Amino acid sequence: MALHHREAAPVTQVEIDLTINGENHQLVVDTRISLLDLLRERLGLTGAKKGCDHGQCGACTVLLDGRRANACLALAVAHDGSEVTTIEGLATGDQLHPLQEAFIEHDAFQCGYCTPGQICSAAGFIDELDEAVDGPLSDDLIRERMSGNICRCGAYPNIVSAIREVASARSGAAERVGGAA
Amino acid sequence: MTPVSAATIDGLRRIEGRDKVTGAARYAYEQQIEGVATAVAVTSTIAKGRIHGFDAGETLAHPRVLEVLTYENAPRVAEDADSEPELAVLQTSAVAYHGQVVALVIAETLEAAREGARLLAVEYREQTPDVELSDSHPGLYKPDKVNAGFPTDEGTGDPDRALEKADLVVDAVYSTPNDHNQPMEPHATVATWSDDGHLTLYDSTQGAPMAANSVSKILGVDSGRVRIISHHVGGGFGSKGTPRPNVILAALAAQALGRPVKLALTRQQLFTMVGYRTPTIQRVRLGANADGTLTALVHEAFEQSSTIKEFAEQTTTCSRVMYASPNRRTAHRLVRLDVPTPSWKRAPGEAPGMFALESAIDELAVAAGMDPIALRIANEPDVEPETGRRFSSRNLVACLREGARQFGWDERDPTPGVRREGRFLVGSGVAASTYPARRQPSSATARANDDGTYLVRIGAADIGTGARTALTRIAATALDVDPSRVVVEIGDSALPFAMLAGGSMGTASWGSAVVKACRALVEQGGGEVEVDTKEEVAADADLAKHGFGAQFAQVRVDIDSGETRVDRMLGVFAVGKVIEPRLARSQLIGGMVMGLGMALMEEAILDPRTGATVNHDFAGYHVPVNADVTDVEATWIEEEDAELNPMGSKGIGEIGITGAPAAIANAVFHATGRRVRDLPIRLDRLL
Amino acid sequence: MKPFRFERPENAEGAVATLTASGAEHARYLGGGTNLVDLMRLGVETPDLLVDVARLGHDAVRETDGGGLRVGAAVRNSDLARDPLLRTRYPMVSQALLSGASPQLRNLATIGGNLLQRTRCAYFTDTSLDCNKRDPGSGCGALDGEHRNHAILGHSAACIATHPSDLAVALTAVGAEVLVEGAAGERHIPMPGLHRLPGDAPERDTVLDPGDLIVAIQLPPLEAARRSSYRKVRDRASFSFAVVSVAAALQCDEDGTIRDVRIALGGVAHAPWRAERAEEELRGGPATAERFAAAAAAELDQARPLEQNAFKVPLARNLIVTVLADLAGVAA
Ligand SMILES: Cc1cc2nc3c(=O)[nH]c(=O)nc-3n(C[C@H](O)[C@H](O)[C@H](O)COP(=O)(O)OP(=O)(O)OC[C@H]3O[C@@H](n4cnc5c(N)ncnc54)[C@H](O)[C@@H]3O)c2cc1C
Ligand code: SF4
Ligand code: FES
Ligand code: FES
Repeated sequence: MALHHREAAPVTQVEIDLTINGENHQLVVDTRISLLDLLRERLGLTGAKKGCDHGQCGACTVLLDGRRANACLALAVAHDGSEVTTIEGLATGDQLHPLQEAFIEHDAFQCGYCTPGQICSAAGFIDELDEAVDGPLSDDLIRERMSGNICRCGAYPNIVSAIREVASARSGAAERVGGAA
Repeated sequence: MTPVSAATIDGLRRIEGRDKVTGAARYAYEQQIEGVATAVAVTSTIAKGRIHGFDAGETLAHPRVLEVLTYENAPRVAEDADSEPELAVLQTSAVAYHGQVVALVIAETLEAAREGARLLAVEYREQTPDVELSDSHPGLYKPDKVNAGFPTDEGTGDPDRALEKADLVVDAVYSTPNDHNQPMEPHATVATWSDDGHLTLYDSTQGAPMAANSVSKILGVDSGRVRIISHHVGGGFGSKGTPRPNVILAALAAQALGRPVKLALTRQQLFTMVGYRTPTIQRVRLGANADGTLTALVHEAFEQSSTIKEFAEQTTTCSRVMYASPNRRTAHRLVRLDVPTPSWKRAPGEAPGMFALESAIDELAVAAGMDPIALRIANEPDVEPETGRRFSSRNLVACLREGARQFGWDERDPTPGVRREGRFLVGSGVAASTYPARRQPSSATARANDDGTYLVRIGAADIGTGARTALTRIAATALDVDPSRVVVEIGDSALPFAMLAGGSMGTASWGSAVVKACRALVEQGGGEVEVDTKEEVAADADLAKHGFGAQFAQVRVDIDSGETRVDRMLGVFAVGKVIEPRLARSQLIGGMVMGLGMALMEEAILDPRTGATVNHDFAGYHVPVNADVTDVEATWIEEEDAELNPMGSKGIGEIGITGAPAAIANAVFHATGRRVRDLPIRLDRLL
Repeated sequence: MKPFRFERPENAEGAVATLTASGAEHARYLGGGTNLVDLMRLGVETPDLLVDVARLGHDAVRETDGGGLRVGAAVRNSDLARDPLLRTRYPMVSQALLSGASPQLRNLATIGGNLLQRTRCAYFTDTSLDCNKRDPGSGCGALDGEHRNHAILGHSAACIATHPSDLAVALTAVGAEVLVEGAAGERHIPMPGLHRLPGDAPERDTVLDPGDLIVAIQLPPLEAARRSSYRKVRDRASFSFAVVSVAAALQCDEDGTIRDVRIALGGVAHAPWRAERAEEELRGGPATAERFAAAAAAELDQARPLEQNAFKVPLARNLIVTVLADLAGVAA
């Protein structure tokens, strides 16, 4: 469907279906809109941040079908049917996600603008962890795999310690489960 | 060093922490305002000349585009806006640099505004720009004063003669590049005019009250009619210290359209529209006796500003503070080029100046065959060299000694270029840090609520420093109650007028007002009080007030590739009383990390022919990523200083960046035997 | 961003037909979009039709007869990097992928899109500057401008850009084949051979014709690749394009004679650069540091560095030597 406002270049609007933080949305969108702008400009979900709009900073990181992705370079129309989790959807009610708790405890942010992206990215990182591929969890591994998220405030040492705490609790838990099986 | 975890350090968790980790904290652009239109700025594609004309036909024909504002049709700003040429936007056809705003496209959606901006045709009459700084540029001149009001040149004795007679001489030229603040949150504003002519701006600013004053002057609106709200700020590092073109653009657009307008600059636009640190060329000459005592210190800096505004960084003022020398000359020369206007970036002056000075001191230590810490201690002044004033406190020596102990400096073999670990050459270096400790008048109110809680209000800003949290602690201490009973409101020009978050003066200035208000409230036994600190600040003792520190770095340099990585960094600081240790550590580390970036990678490059900033994004302009920051730790010594302010604190926002680049460059010399005098220490400079 | 239509065909034939039949002036396939959307937002690419090729079912990594791999074009970079077969048989390919971009970008980026990503030359990505690749005939802004990170091999007066993909460098060392579906049916394009040198037509990055769709990459069985590695030198520790990179594989006989060697360089040319001269020098002789150095020198004799990038010559030379020495287990 093409909407003509004034007589000029046709803007294409398409209908898409997205599940965002567990809630289904049917939306008519301009094909040009990024997932990030859809969240921020249309849905009022401003947790995902825009730091560069070109994939270069990670501030817009969300979980797209469970995997971390830069929402600024993802066209909304290309992800029709996807499930999106943003920072707003990480906590369970009043209960913060362990990474959110750890970021507060470890003072893993200053201005906070990179933080939603850092936390979503860290959630994706912990989920991806596979010792067969990545080797054992280490600070160097965390640093490398979190390098797609720039923090200009330089909170990196605290970000690493926050993620280390949550990731090692997880992998410890996984080992216990593995051991019991 | 065993890694410290902030989780184990006592102190308050950031008050807005929960909002920030859940995404609930709304930054300027994110305010939800009914009926808001979206603007996109269009910037010049020439560096010098005039706009010859616009063709907005295609732009206006694009669906959902509402308006194009240019100098031809934008509302006029006030006459005396000339004093702020960077803010007199869309008022003239003249173009002073590549990337200067020339138009604003406003649309119903961001997609439409952006496409409208792309479609706007701008025709220019172009002149050949001059964009290259050199120390022999014919346009160099002596500005009347340098930033923060410091004298341009000063000195004592006869340094030239002393250099002639010195046993040891270091004479070296250092350079630092055009480097950028680049906070993670791009500058952004939402502007709304009310029917009765009140302007409300949600803006990303380091000081809402001061910004509101400037905006009202530029727009020629009564200052009571401009309100700036800025609850959360995604970093600034100086670039949001004064209003930037986005504020005025949004206000003019909202005025022209008669509806709210929001505008966020793009990352690329941050490279030209919001200030940056001037590149510097610095010649340092040190003369010394054979035992390392300085007999002469000459520090001269060459720097640039734009053609429309003079900004002269105070690059050599650190050499007026750091070391005793009977003969001294410090000077600044400036040239006006067809480049974007430089401005404040974290530790203006000290950051580049201390790179040159502390590198030169290291070179002198090598020449003298002395340990660089011993050399520094040997040149410790009794009074501030420039003014002869007493230091309110000065604990550089204690920082050097404590840092040496924690870092394991004593085991270091000073021979350069001899430690090989596999593919790497390894070395360590030290440098001093310094930054002034000042304060400015501010006002605050304090109120005792019936439920036993307290409300403190002050027009302060939290740009990531933890100001909201630190002020809560300061108020709680002054009221002698638990911090949980105190609410501090900041980030709004409607609150009592206060200093901006800049010059590392925020906490000292605001804290002074908060303490005064809380004490007055206690004395009054309840109710509400309003205070300001004009009198106290005017009565401040005329002393030399500075923070100091010592930074240590260990680096490895890959012999095949020239890549330098910092394995560990330690900063030990003497910054008065530390108010919130968790937050202070984060701030200091943040400064050191930015210093690491300055040392190794940060450098904006201007195309010599067009004046375009070539690498104007985060893929081209490298800032440190997580993998660059292996082990950076900051700590401090106990320092009592009763002559600063009621808290006894010195600012900590900027000192961390000072000295860090020199510590790294000195470590690179120790590792490789190669003295890199030009930042950043790129791999090709070591290959 | 210019408005565009969006189509999602069911299969490869449909995709090719949609794109070629669209009559669209500028139509593009869309993979993960991490390069294309970036360039569209900059106004460098202005398609009026996007054909989504991320959901055509080209998303599997399969073993082929004889021990090679066939990788669907829409496989995400992160998934390929983790593939266990790839990791044992072609470690340099996995390493190259993991050295590229960031984890969240790798989750979006497809293999086909990665190979066809455009240069990062800043004059190319800024529409206010001159660039023959973006705007043929406008001049090469980088030649007299900033070109520290430009080519030292195979460049022309028309263009001195480098190809940015890490993956392409490793695949060039492997000698992979690109399976292409076009208007005229299916073709196999060997690597090197996909990417062009600029000559006087820098607007063409590759030998592909408009409408050609990459459907898969085929990695031939290659014993040498089991002992291979990728080394990338960059201006910061991570999340940065290569200044220079090397992919190398080495297979020696019991007596230490080199049976097979593969070397490719990144960051030095408009295409991933297969170091054929160096390989030739080395094959059949002993694996010693001296011979590695001589081979590297022979390869880089052809280099024509520019004013600002002479350092890339010793850099590339050093990297070839150390990567091979590490693979051979000798001191460099
Ligand atoms: C900040 C940043 C850093 C990066 N760093 C690196 C790095 O260090 N190393 C590196 O190698 N890469 C790097 N990249 C590039 C990244 O790897 C590529 O953008 C990505 O691989 C492209 O894949 P895509 O699927 O997103 O391609 P798209 O953007 O979808 O497409 C790219 C091009 O390929 C075409 N295309 C896509 N699929 C097909 C197909 N099947 N057949 C024919 N044509 C097709 C498109 O039309 C388009 O022209 C970086 C990118 C960013 C944004
Ligand atoms: S090097 Fe190539 S891509 Fe870069 S400006 Fe020159 S022609 Fe354009
Ligand atoms: S905003 Fe998406 S990566 Fe920067
Ligand atoms: S907390 Fe400010 S950018 Fe990370």
